[in-house]
Amino acid sequence: MRSAISAEKAAGMIPDGASIMFGGFMGVGSPDRIFDALVARGAKGLTVIGNDTARPGVAVGKLIDAGCVAKAIVSHIGTNPVTQKKMIAGEIEVELVPQGTLAERIRAAGSGLGGVLTRTGIGTVVAEGKQTVQVNGSEYLLELPLSADFALIKAREADYNFNLTYRLTATNFNPVMALAGKTVIAEPDEVLPVGVIPPDAVRTPGVLVHFLLERPQ
Amino acid sequence: MDAKELIARRVALELRDDTLVNLGIGLPTMVSRFVPAGLTVHFQSENGIIGFGARPPEGMEDVNLTDAGGGFISALPGAVSFDSTISFALIRGGHLDMTVLGGLQVDSHGRLANWMVPGKLVPGMGGAMDLVAGARRVVVAMQHAARGESKIVPELTLPPTSSRRVSLVVTDMAVLRPSDEGLVLQERAPGVSLEQVVAATAATLVVPGEVPEMKLAA
Repeated sequence: MRSAISAEKAAGMIPDGASIMFGGFMGVGSPDRIFDALVARGAKGLTVIGNDTARPGVAVGKLIDAGCVAKAIVSHIGTNPVTQKKMIAGEIEVELVPQGTLAERIRAAGSGLGGVLTRTGIGTVVAEGKQTVQVNGSEYLLELPLSADFALIKAREADYNFNLTYRLTATNFNPVMALAGKTVIAEPDEVLPVGVIPPDAVRTPGVLVHFLLERPQ
Repeated sequence: MDAKELIARRVALELRDDTLVNLGIGLPTMVSRFVPAGLTVHFQSENGIIGFGARPPEGMEDVNLTDAGGGFISALPGAVSFDSTISFALIRGGHLDMTVLGGLQVDSHGRLANWMVPGKLVPGMGGAMDLVAGARRVVVAMQHAARGESKIVPELTLPPTSSRRVSLVVTDMAVLRPSDEGLVLQERAPGVSLEQVVAATAATLVVPGEVPEMKLAA
């Protein structure tokens, strides 16, 4: 029988310098309790991989504020002036990746694929230094798989087997990231007995999830 | 009517019935207010929903139901939600009929720059590069000039969003259609003369014999 862990224990498993990918879109669908625990334990040198850096004081923005982050691999930072300031000051390295390409690079890593071919980024700075491949007369950019030491997943429901469901636009990057973390930690709103979630409603099979946070009390 | 509303009302006439459309943040979002009567348009927000509605009544907001800017939305009957891989498969895979995006510059080749100003503004591309590369039609909705400088330029001086030629450019002065010969001046805004458009445009325009005034959605 599997058991759930506290946010503090989860944050303690993530060492300084680790890479973490996290669900969330402008902080919606982000593992907030793990972020808070990482800030509380004073994590340092993290590489964060996600859609964006939200806003100051919100979700991953708290890690940015607290100086936990050395590098961010994201599709935009426009809503977080702290990220921009720290990038200009050289305190944080920022790698910008087109949003769809970010999702597919993560999917490739979690799906056993050697990369993906996309037209996104052709003729832009994104293509610099990358291999292009001709397929049926069209030029595509080869984008490489992107994995992380940890995937931090925000779920709506989990059951005792760690099967997960998501809610509306809080879904975003969570399901694909659950494939691509070497260690996957899920943070659910609710924890339910096995069988309560119908098989068709499960979006992430529990076999992918290594650790589950206790439900919020 | 201010310049932004004029642009949004003109872009709204590009909408077609039973199509999937993605609107960028800011000015493009206004287009949804002017959908011509009788048309059903399915609006996608790239954070993972088709069929979103207006902000819910006070106190009814749900932290799990937001638009790409993080603002609260509601869901219309028939709405669907999905994860980011499906959202961008829709965008890149030829399933998105049209995207409307803001712009910093468009050049005479019809290339768009809309994601950064080196040394000044580095917000990131978000989904813009995927949208321009993948949507069937790409409509740019932007002011003709910013701080007195034309945004319609001979060659981009800002980093391009894609090498792909956009489909149409709608500004507060004109509608421009990129072509092999250059930017064709297709329509001019109400009360704006052909000469005024040409004078306010840094790029050389292709001017047909007749340039009608633009029509606007009600």
